[in-house]
Amino acid sequence: MAVRVLVAKPGLDGHDRGAKLVARALRDAGFEVIYLGIRQRPEAIAAIAVQEDVQIVGLSILSGAHVSLTRKTAEALRAAGADDVIVVVGGTIPNRDVGRLEEAGAAAVYPTGTPLEELVQSLRELSSSAPARS
Amino acid sequence: MDGPVRSEAGIPLATSYGAADLPAADAIPPPGVFPFTRGNFPDGYRGRLWTIRQYSGFGSPEESNERYRYLLGQGATGLSVALDLPTQCGYDSDHPDVEEEVGRVGVALDTLADAEILFDSIPLDSVSTSFTINGTAAILLAFYVAVGEKQGVDRVKLRGTIQNDILKEYVARGTWIWPPRPSLRLIADTIEFCAAEVPRFNAISVAGAHFRDAGANAVQEMAFTLMDGITYCDEVVARGRMTIDEFAPQVSFFFYTHGDFFEEIAKYRAGRRRWAHIVRERYGAKDDRSCMFRVGCVSGGASLYAPQAHNNIVRVAYEALASVLGGVQSMFTAAWDEPFAIPTEDSATLALRTQQVLAYETGVAKVADPLGGSYYVEALTDEVERRVVEIMDDLERRGGMVQAIESGHLQGLIADEAFRVQQAVSSGDRTIVGVNRFRTDEKPPEVEGYEMDEKGRARQLGRLAEVKRTRSATEVREALAALGTAAAKDDVNLMPLLVDCAKAYCTVGEMVDVLKEQWGEFQQPAVF
Repeated sequence: MAVRVLVAKPGLDGHDRGAKLVARALRDAGFEVIYLGIRQRPEAIAAIAVQEDVQIVGLSILSGAHVSLTRKTAEALRAAGADDVIVVVGGTIPNRDVGRLEEAGAAAVYPTGTPLEELVQSLRELSSSAPARS
Repeated sequence: MDGPVRSEAGIPLATSYGAADLPAADAIPPPGVFPFTRGNFPDGYRGRLWTIRQYSGFGSPEESNERYRYLLGQGATGLSVALDLPTQCGYDSDHPDVEEEVGRVGVALDTLADAEILFDSIPLDSVSTSFTINGTAAILLAFYVAVGEKQGVDRVKLRGTIQNDILKEYVARGTWIWPPRPSLRLIADTIEFCAAEVPRFNAISVAGAHFRDAGANAVQEMAFTLMDGITYCDEVVARGRMTIDEFAPQVSFFFYTHGDFFEEIAKYRAGRRRWAHIVRERYGAKDDRSCMFRVGCVSGGASLYAPQAHNNIVRVAYEALASVLGGVQSMFTAAWDEPFAIPTEDSATLALRTQQVLAYETGVAKVADPLGGSYYVEALTDEVERRVVEIMDDLERRGGMVQAIESGHLQGLIADEAFRVQQAVSSGDRTIVGVNRFRTDEKPPEVEGYEMDEKGRARQLGRLAEVKRTRSATEVREALAALGTAAAKDDVNLMPLLVDCAKAYCTVGEMVDVLKEQWGEFQQPAVF
């Protein structure tokens, strides 16, 4: 069964080239992609993740506000009872923040320049090692 | 790749070009003569060098003010203000949804009090200031007029530009607030206001740059931008209060210069010619100054890469050269560390020096349009223009830009092109040095990016609270009520009311919310 992924941009940053490329690459790789677009509130992302029963939430953030927005999204997912949803983050992310993002709840981090094939492969592995959603 | 050799935008290129490829002589009259293919001015850059304008702004108004005074001290000739995202999207710094964005990608401006600090000790009658602001552009213009007044500078002396191009925000950059129709009305209000009262200030900088960064190629960038320009001019002309010659000289344009050297040069020459024809033929302009295509550009953006980041210095230098050979009026050269962070003082200075070396050492500014008459450049200019017209005609047939945006058609075109480029880079068909060829194990450098500290944020929130406490509640209420009443009517220019709100120390968020009540919010089509 196809893995369902939600791709969204939390916060106010509107640079969506990367998010759209990722959404397309995932769709082409056989994932079922729900693309939310830009300027999404963490609570809205969590609500739709639950409603659409996704396994993975992919956040794209280029504004530098990645740590806080990732934490808020992970918290919103927990509050919605969806703490088994995998959160991954891409964007303009300095090396020093990778650990902070993992602490904030990211299962994987894909800084600018990550080859799409690598990202697709990583999501495949993450989704196959996670418990199946009911 | 098999098949013909092509430019970045896909134009097939001959092995060499010759006399047969030159256009008719009347298509390339001397510089300074309609349709301005060879530049707006007969003396090129001799009369006035391009404006060296480095985009910057971060954190608090105090910190940005310090950086501006430093840049002016180092020979920059204009300011370019970067605003933080809450200011751009119409939220105050104390809005609960935006706390992590305050002061992050630009400076936070909540009220006139912040603008007063931002421009402290900067003579607004001699410095020109460009604001990358769109959704809230009219409000920032109101702030600038009000700060000028406080400094004793009459609004007729103010020089600068607000970007104020909302159409591309719906497509590419995302700082929209209201739906297209009322947004166009507000933009037309600013154009009229500047034409009548702030005559040296450009009310709009129609920007292709963000289409480009989102994935469009050079030809699409020019076509989409000219279509946006037409949409704005149509809006003003349709009101019947102003002729094209009364406002067109205050319309300017803004692009990215990326890596395909000759295609970029051809893009600017083709755009200049096409716009001149549009203004004269579509709108019946009588004044040649109305037909001039005034262009600012950025060298950098999505053409810069994180791996082997110092290569970006070289990329930016070539792009800057192409921009100058294309005849731009102002330029921002990006710093090499932009793919990671807000530039440091060192990297920002090097970017500035890149332009100064170009301007004062290379000699390229000594002769107007040095490439005019080049077989290749003229042929490529013609071909770019032909393709631009083709795209514009197609968009017109589809009902124009607002239609193409609301349906997501334009967003789809850009996403397609971005995907095509991504595949070409992945497969190696397009070489990016240090990214897919000549790679090394070099780790991306850890740069010292700027982080607004808690103290800075606290100071911003503190000032906002202080302003709210000390301003006259009655003045605020009255100014906002007047704004709301006027917004409900179509034939009242909102600019004077926004200036009143600014002077009453209304916040950006308060003004935006009053207009939201009247106009609603934009609903994005999520196309990928």
